[in-house]
Amino acid sequence: MNQPASAYFLEERHDPTESHTLSVLVQNEPGVLARVIGLFSGRGYNIESLTVSETESQKHLSRITIVTTGTPMVIEQIKHQLDRMVPVYRVVDMTLTGRSIERELAMVKVRGGGDNRVEALRLADAFRARVIDATTESFVFEITGNSAKINQFIDLMRPLGLVEVSRTGVAAIGRGPEGM
Amino acid sequence: MTDKSHDPNQMTGAAMIVRALIDHGVQHLFGYPGGAVLPIYDEIFQQTEVEHILVRHEQGAGHAAEGYARSTGKPGVVLVTSGPGATNMVTPLTDALMDSIPLVCITGQVPTHLIGNDAFQECDTVGITRPCTKHNWLVRDVNDLAKVLHEAFYVATTGRPGPVLVDVPKDVQFATGTYHPPCKSDVHVSYTPRVKGDAAQIRKAVALLASAKRPVIYSGGGVINSGPEASKLLRELVEATGFPITSTLMGLGAYPATGKNWLGMLGMHGTYEANMSMHDCDVMLCIGARFDDRITGRVDAFSPNSKKIHIDIDPSSINKNIRVDVPIIGDCANVLGDLLQVFKAEAKKPDIRPWWQEIAKWRARNSLSYKKNSDIILPQYAIERLFEATRGRDTYITTEVGQHQMWAAQFFGFEEPHRWMTSGGLGTMGYGLPAALGVQVAHRDSLVIDIAGDASVQMTMQEMSTAVQYELPIKIFILNNQYMGMVRQWQQLLHGNRLSHSYSEALPDFVKLADAFGCVGLQAIKPGDLDGAIKEMISIKRPVLFDCRVAALENCFPMIPSGKAHNEMLLPAEATDEATASAFAGGKALV
Repeated sequence: MNQPASAYFLEERHDPTESHTLSVLVQNEPGVLARVIGLFSGRGYNIESLTVSETESQKHLSRITIVTTGTPMVIEQIKHQLDRMVPVYRVVDMTLTGRSIERELAMVKVRGGGDNRVEALRLADAFRARVIDATTESFVFEITGNSAKINQFIDLMRPLGLVEVSRTGVAAIGRGPEGM
Repeated sequence: MTDKSHDPNQMTGAAMIVRALIDHGVQHLFGYPGGAVLPIYDEIFQQTEVEHILVRHEQGAGHAAEGYARSTGKPGVVLVTSGPGATNMVTPLTDALMDSIPLVCITGQVPTHLIGNDAFQECDTVGITRPCTKHNWLVRDVNDLAKVLHEAFYVATTGRPGPVLVDVPKDVQFATGTYHPPCKSDVHVSYTPRVKGDAAQIRKAVALLASAKRPVIYSGGGVINSGPEASKLLRELVEATGFPITSTLMGLGAYPATGKNWLGMLGMHGTYEANMSMHDCDVMLCIGARFDDRITGRVDAFSPNSKKIHIDIDPSSINKNIRVDVPIIGDCANVLGDLLQVFKAEAKKPDIRPWWQEIAKWRARNSLSYKKNSDIILPQYAIERLFEATRGRDTYITTEVGQHQMWAAQFFGFEEPHRWMTSGGLGTMGYGLPAALGVQVAHRDSLVIDIAGDASVQMTMQEMSTAVQYELPIKIFILNNQYMGMVRQWQQLLHGNRLSHSYSEALPDFVKLADAFGCVGLQAIKPGDLDGAIKEMISIKRPVLFDCRVAALENCFPMIPSGKAHNEMLLPAEATDEATASAFAGGKALV
């Protein structure tokens, strides 16, 4: 049935979406992460990756890195909605600045023997992944890099006996001498 | 005894709460006692500076505080207990968040060592209210309490105002700690709302205004929230530019309804001239409004040929629903002051006579007309007569939510800001009666009327008892059509006239009910009785329940069918069955 555009128009929109990495500096106090996550779930925004840790313990500051997707209008909304929260100091769109480095760490467990085991080690070497645990039938690799590199490594490990993966999510920082 | 016992700033958490209220100039507090707030109630008992108003349900306390806040510009303060006390506050907190009303809500909590144990009357208050407050705090140490309370008042009343909540466990209320009066360092360094508008943006705005041929000013609740100065400056701006002005539901009264440039309210049930002006304008100046879906109608057809200027204190309101050309972030009064100064210095009043001629044609359609009837009271007529009878009086109006609310907005003229209290964003039925209480507490000698519907009023009817207890002579003017009128209107328009559960069977006899509450009940059934009964209502210095029996099946027009554009309004004269059917065809998915 041909229905007119609703007053709640969102489902009518098919603007192309973009992926953005946001760095959010917050006061590290109880509930602050719940506030940020609640904003995303409450307003229907996406979280592709979320990383959070205290970065300046004396000032009680935490840095949250969020990878999110949305139309440019929604991304702009997300930034403003974050920025107006009381414990939020700054929101920087790392994607928009175009001068940021993004890294992720993953631990990848692979189980197997014979050629697979050798092949896994060789590939790990090529990806500069380190062996951080080994048994006669398994390895745990530690790998850092951007998300694409880690995805690629995991894909290569899959046929070689991939057991499980633990990823930290993306952390990002700007290039050059200035802080955020 | 230690030395500290002589320090006047050493006190219990409960005493700190009362002391902080006094330090913030709070005179009235709305609340309901319970186990987790007994220490605070004990402190309230032993002082006379803050008057506590005991409601009958915590939701009533919240709406009363909202009415108090909106009619005074001061924050409304609420005190309720843990568990159900807190959950009953969720509706008023959400209502206040949507309409940007400053509220400070203090809740009791079970003692810290019981938190997380599913203790009696325990709930995760800060968790539950996180999405419906501007900010909230759980205070675990009595020495943090003073700082948090001062910050709470600051956050509630600055920037875009809103509700805040402070959750205080019972052991923290009993514990002794150090109090300090409000000071700057109480507030998060990260909280810095922007007040002053960007000068370059203001210049751009003035250039657009000066070159406009078909301008319109669209103002909202932000102008009211900004304070009386903003309304004064808005009037000056209208005078200086000669532009037509319309307003949202929340913004009524900022510009007087008798002002010569007034177009009436805009939006779904706004006037034809206001909506057509919005649609056809070339420059739109939006001041303290947020392009809500009830205002814009269909977004992709919203005012397609205009340059839009948007003044708002909240950056997240900019470009949320509608892309604007010149955003100005700042407080309405502050920005309007600067904008006026630049306009007067650098621009001339543009000649927009042809635009006014066009508007006059739309006005001539008389979109608020209705068929008079000498046998039955029409709701529009009832509001017109109520308005007539209260003209020149010191009157405050609150409403519930539904058809009566829209008729009140259409037919009651507001000359001043802070005189009109209604639940706009959340649309909370049951708001008006307790809100009227709050208004009356703040303005003891004024005439406070809740224009109500028979369904809404029953949601918070118990607060009549509060009105009687505190001798608050509120007038509850019920447009009784025995239906949930707006629900029924949508069922008629969109759901094949299947009136599913929108008929109020077994309505109470409101006159007898008034009697039972110990207040006065009045009734009007015939148009001829109306004026006399209204006059009587106004003359009675006690709370009144006025049962105004109105035409049962009257509907609220004009109307932009949801999902249609401003220039596709349905006018009352054209709202025949067929026209309505085709206007709403296929619209069932709409909200």
